[in-house]
Amino acid sequence: MLYSTNETSSKTKLITMEEAAALFFDGMSLMVGGFGGVGAPPGLINAILDRNIKNIFMISNDTGFPWIGPGKLITEKRISRLIASHIGSNPEAGKQMHDGELTVEFIPQGTLAEKIRAGGMGIGGILVDVGLGTVVESGKQKVEINSATYMVEPALTADVSIVYAQKADTYGNLVYDKSARNTNPLIAMAGNITIAEVDEIVPAGELDPECVITPGVFVDHIVQSKGVDWKWVWELKQDNK
Amino acid sequence: MGLGIETRQQIARRAALEIGKGMIVNLGIGIPTLVADYIPNDHGVMLHTENGILGMGGSPEKGKEDGNLSNAGGYPVTLISGASYFDSATAFGIIRRGLLDITVLGALEVSEKGDIANWIVPGKRVPGMGGAIDLAQKSKKVIVLMNHTDKEGNPKIVKQCKLPLTVQKGANMIITEKAVIDVKDEKLVLREVMHPYTIEEVEKSTGAPLEILDQIETFQ
Repeated sequence: MLYSTNETSSKTKLITMEEAAALFFDGMSLMVGGFGGVGAPPGLINAILDRNIKNIFMISNDTGFPWIGPGKLITEKRISRLIASHIGSNPEAGKQMHDGELTVEFIPQGTLAEKIRAGGMGIGGILVDVGLGTVVESGKQKVEINSATYMVEPALTADVSIVYAQKADTYGNLVYDKSARNTNPLIAMAGNITIAEVDEIVPAGELDPECVITPGVFVDHIVQSKGVDWKWVWELKQDNK
Repeated sequence: MGLGIETRQQIARRAALEIGKGMIVNLGIGIPTLVADYIPNDHGVMLHTENGILGMGGSPEKGKEDGNLSNAGGYPVTLISGASYFDSATAFGIIRRGLLDITVLGALEVSEKGDIANWIVPGKRVPGMGGAIDLAQKSKKVIVLMNHTDKEGNPKIVKQCKLPLTVQKGANMIITEKAVIDVKDEKLVLREVMHPYTIEEVEKSTGAPLEILDQIETFQ
């Protein structure tokens, strides 16, 4: 029997936040998990800010709030190009777009999620009819299948994907927490490098394989989270009352 | 925009009457969110969210909020029995597959054909469409809740939308602080007026012809 001498698989995926920070670079394309900031990886976003990474092409469902999730990267002007479905809860994003500092491409939310999923699944794109008869249609290649018209939407991948999960085992298998799952499993699959920030790291074998949402093979690195360092909108409202 | 809480609740209360037992429903941000408060608990209605919940419940008690359990607007929610979590791609699979019985959303303009504009005012406010296009195009019934007129008093119900569309011929019903209007065969049919408005007041502030049924009830 021949055994492989390739040791990639036995190398630990656990890295420090400093080691994770070294994986980011100027001009990278970056996918950020989360929805309205819920389920966005707080420590990795801070690491990008701390390392002064600039000129990022970000792909995310939305831009969170100015002080929450990927919104912080917008507020600190680290993003030059953005693909998202919604920026309405982050006025700073709207202002930078209006001022020409930020290029934004809007994609309907479900189509965006599916384009990311397609990237992660290794397929070239998807066919979708959502947005026919609106400006979404302009410039899109179209095909007819079974006498229905669809737009061709190319798949999306990124240099680096950052996600948040509740739990990882040392192999990188991920389990999420409630609605903080959202875009994370899709984005975890679509990064050329995927870094997962997690609340709890357990030895391989501790997670029930039936309950794993993202197979560890998609995850390159795992970092320990220190939790969110922002206040949610509803917490601020409570404080003000 | 400008509507008092009682008026917003009146609109939400009326919209809730459209929701039947066991329906799968998505409620947008703003007045549509209030609709949840008026759906009877024993109706078995399952509320769907774009971020990935089916079976969303009401707001948690103060102090019991969970930062990882929220609606699509980022506010804390709870679950009802039978609920499930899934990723956002699945959330939109549910929408595209036509499994939503009703979507309730806000709008900037609605045309007599049922065209909806609700995600962009070019050069002014460009929040993005979020999930509105998917929802408005794919739900079995689309109910628009909005002010009858804009801040300057101009009709928001018009012959033709001026703003970029969210969907063509998507709206089935419009509920405002003044009226309940069906969109039927590309025509607007006045079904009810909202207390304290009159048919004449509704017609005057609507920018497209209204077919008026013989019997118009007033919703209190």
